[in-house]
Amino acid sequence: MRDVAVIGVGITKFGELWDKSFRQLIAEAGAQAIIDSGISGSEIDALYVGSMSAGRFVGQEHVGALVADYSGFSLMHIPSIRVESACASGGIAFRQGYFSVASGMNDIVVIGGIEKMTDVVGSEATNILAMGLDQEWEAFFGVTFPGIYAMIATKHMHDFGTTREQLAQVAVKNHANGALNPYAQFKRETKIENVINAPMVAYPLGMLDCSPVSDGAAALILCAAEKAKKYTDKSVKIIGSGQASDTLALHGRNDICTFESTTYAARMAYKQANVEPKDIDVAEVHDCFTIAEILAIEDLGFVKKGDGGKAIDNKITTLDGQIPVNPSGGLKAKGHPVGATGVAQIAEIVLQLRGEADQRQVKDAKIGLTHNVGAGGASCVINILEAR
Amino acid sequence: MKDVGIISYGAHIPSLRIKSSDIANAWGKDPETITRGLGIIEKSVPSLDQDVATISVEAARAALARCNINPQDIGAIYVGSESHPYAVKPTGTIVGEAICATPILKVADYEFACKAGTAAIQTCMSLVKSEMIKYGIAIGADTSQAAPGDALEYAASAGGAAFIIGKEKVIAMINETCSYTTDTPDFWRREGRKYPAHGGRFTGAPAYFRHITSNAKNLMELVGTKPEDYTFAIFHQPNGKFPIKVAKMLGFTPEQVEQGLLCPVIGNTYSGSSMLGLASVLDVAKPSDRIFLTSYGSGAGSDAFDITVTNNINQFPKNNAPLVSQLIEKKKYIDYATYTKYRDLLYWE
Repeated sequence: MRDVAVIGVGITKFGELWDKSFRQLIAEAGAQAIIDSGISGSEIDALYVGSMSAGRFVGQEHVGALVADYSGFSLMHIPSIRVESACASGGIAFRQGYFSVASGMNDIVVIGGIEKMTDVVGSEATNILAMGLDQEWEAFFGVTFPGIYAMIATKHMHDFGTTREQLAQVAVKNHANGALNPYAQFKRETKIENVINAPMVAYPLGMLDCSPVSDGAAALILCAAEKAKKYTDKSVKIIGSGQASDTLALHGRNDICTFESTTYAARMAYKQANVEPKDIDVAEVHDCFTIAEILAIEDLGFVKKGDGGKAIDNKITTLDGQIPVNPSGGLKAKGHPVGATGVAQIAEIVLQLRGEADQRQVKDAKIGLTHNVGAGGASCVINILEAR
Repeated sequence: MKDVGIISYGAHIPSLRIKSSDIANAWGKDPETITRGLGIIEKSVPSLDQDVATISVEAARAALARCNINPQDIGAIYVGSESHPYAVKPTGTIVGEAICATPILKVADYEFACKAGTAAIQTCMSLVKSEMIKYGIAIGADTSQAAPGDALEYAASAGGAAFIIGKEKVIAMINETCSYTTDTPDFWRREGRKYPAHGGRFTGAPAYFRHITSNAKNLMELVGTKPEDYTFAIFHQPNGKFPIKVAKMLGFTPEQVEQGLLCPVIGNTYSGSSMLGLASVLDVAKPSDRIFLTSYGSGAGSDAFDITVTNNINQFPKNNAPLVSQLIEKKKYIDYATYTKYRDLLYWE
């Protein structure tokens, strides 16, 4: 395998983008990434697009062909592949694109991630997202995403003494970061009492413990590292990638407070990158709910299992903390257009490693990690990048 | 357009009320959060024998009681509503017969969500101005539907107002009117469906706020006025919060809005909403008062009116019919169980 670099990033604003369509959003992100990289469209060998459920959200399948067409590549007839793994679709599309360049099959590929979720009403969005759970054993009986994570949170509180306040502090931290991110859906801070007093969704998770329903897209240009210099001097190298799966339904797990998809994917990525958790300078983790970030920092090995809540109290994960987590605002404040999320996480890490994250810049960030989870932890992809 | 205006008006609000807190309790919601969040304390409820036809007739009769015109001189009746009792068969004909305005009479029922009544005013203005008719009656009335448990249930209420448009003895001159319309699906009820549906937060920024602010600015530009030139400002009031917010966005003060803001105590009367607000303002208006009215109808559109009160208001016998404040005061509370019966929410086989 040869080395691969990210040489361009593009991201749209996340939010309720009622005046932008699915195809407009992905074309906008893709065009930005191409401009950022300095390549020309004719040099692109393939497209990989992560999208969870364009079929249900906007009635459009055949997303690969659509994206190629509306990005202006239909006349080039390049291969375009849509990747689906629920909320991990974007991160896994990236990993597939990475493999294709690393193998020598392609030199330059574009990775896109997209979801347009606000064309349906809220209850329908909840139902569509629940398709990422086990339909026969979970969703059919009425379990929704918030319900799954609420059970995990309750167990975590029971087993480790994690508090309601600690959960809320995750949202407070991520909103504080989101306030500094021009692309964020919620560019505003929130207070702990707002989070605790917000309308209840599924105990103990209130409305402000949940990531929002969002529209948005992100794109990346990957290039064989040996050729990256030709285009840019600010490329970021991919040094590790891991992906793992777990039981689709929560009840099949040994311990619902550990996502083994994360621990296995992390082990794989750390090994390839030849780094340890303590070497990570900045991380974008999958905080679809506040409890999910607590689980993530434990399963990634940043803190010991059960200490996630205390880590929030000790401000280990704030922008100026020991291991800044979700400087972008995370899924909570930046927004969570599910297919776009994994790609947007990598875009944020690339900006951090290039030192271009402005007010939310993590100091001296050299190695960054992204953690992208599918649904209730049945799939997970972790990518590690290094500044050149 | 300087010669057409309102020569009389009348209002009607059913006397039954239900408190937002009672609805909230029935659904296990926090009453305080709901009441404060929507800015609605209570709403009017139609009784079993009240519908858009009876409300329209009451309002039209009230308008006639305040002016000395021969009903046979009324050339047109347009009733705007989204809860006409019949899908096919007009409400306007019932009103026409009830006030003895038939048979040489133009009638049609209008529907444009909450702005059908103000659209009816515009039609009557055109017919009067072109001298096709001497007087026209424009009515906006609703007994709006809301699905049990839906957020709309706290707001959807009942009431209406009628305005007689003409050229003689005008109490309030309509200086100018303009409209702003797009195809924006923020709220709708499909044919055959009992309850409407809405697009969540989509009903805010791209719908209510965009249409009202755009249209209001257009009107002020058209007539060369500023918010401070108006004594009163009335906006469509789907809840207690939106009209205050849109007024602030446009530069109107809470004092200008207060007299026409009825939603907190009667709910959203849909087609009656901004028109009842206008009736409430005319109840207290003095000569030379300038009134700014902007309606909103989902789907979506807005009608705006620049109105100046004339000296004729001094001789206007407003006490020949109930004032809006009296209609608001005359109330009887019901509980949620009674509400479900009156609103036909219960069914059995």
